[in-house]
Amino acid sequence: MKLLRMKPGHGEIVLAEGDIAVPEQEQELIEAFRRELDAGMWAAVPTQAPSGRREAELVKSFGEVPRDAERVIFFPRAAGGTLPAAR
Amino acid sequence: MGLALATAAVVLVVLLWELARPTLKRWLLRAHELWLARRRAGAPVGYDPGRERRAEQRARALLRSCVTERDWAMYRDLGFLRVWGGLGDRGRGASAAYAYLIYPHKPIVAYVPQTGELLNEYCVAFPDHSKPYGSSRLPDSDDVLAKWMALTADERRLVGEANMHLPGRQVDPDRVRRDIVRLRRWEQELSAGPSAPDAPASRRASWGGWDPDNIRTA
Repeated sequence: MKLLRMKPGHGEIVLAEGDIAVPEQEQELIEAFRRELDAGMWAAVPTQAPSGRREAELVKSFGEVPRDAERVIFFPRAAGGTLPAAR
Repeated sequence: MGLALATAAVVLVVLLWELARPTLKRWLLRAHELWLARRRAGAPVGYDPGRERRAEQRARALLRSCVTERDWAMYRDLGFLRVWGGLGDRGRGASAAYAYLIYPHKPIVAYVPQTGELLNEYCVAFPDHSKPYGSSRLPDSDDVLAKWMALTADERRLVGEANMHLPGRQVDPDRVRRDIVRLRRWEQELSAGPSAPDAPASRRASWGGWDPDNIRTA
């Protein structure tokens, strides 16, 4: 499983990567997951239905992440309004 | 005689210096201000167009890996994504009562697919307050992906977080109507062609398509 985070000026970065079947690696994933949530990020797991339809699932704890998920994507929480142009 | 001349020369130099000093000071100050203004007008501190371009390329790859090939083709060709609304009694899908258009760094626009009527604008942003490179804006495609994930995962929550306005507040309604027409035409072309999502670039251009290599930097 990979934990990714969207980052301005960079695109996504890999925060942590590991096999959740390995306790030490799972612990590292859990800690990285908590750090991001504490920083105010939203966490989403991209999913694909058997029909081929794709969507995402917002998760609030590591326990909610499907065990077979390949990645969790963190992104800043939504706020009303739009941002001014960068330049 | 020599001493008198030397003294006079020293006095003259000092006098000239005293006279010129205010002008020189003003000139140096003005030059410094001009330099600062030129620096401010140029690239913002920490702004690197190459880095922004690479960031956008990464973001596009991530978006592509999350959405269907058809949705990716839509974004690549038209520059926006359509997401079916899921809160109506008709469910999510082509028969949905409403849909959203997701633009990068612009409000999400809700509309009625059957009539093209515009419903609302939902102003929402995903500011990263850590500002790793001096800006809180995600790359364009990351912004689109964040909206897509939030909408497909918890539409009610995202709509609740957004500022809702009538159409036309920030996005030109005529442009949105044109985009809806472009989308319809694109879908007709897509259903007509056998290998539609990978249709040739020349065909995409006839849709008023988006050049994937001409990436706008945020």
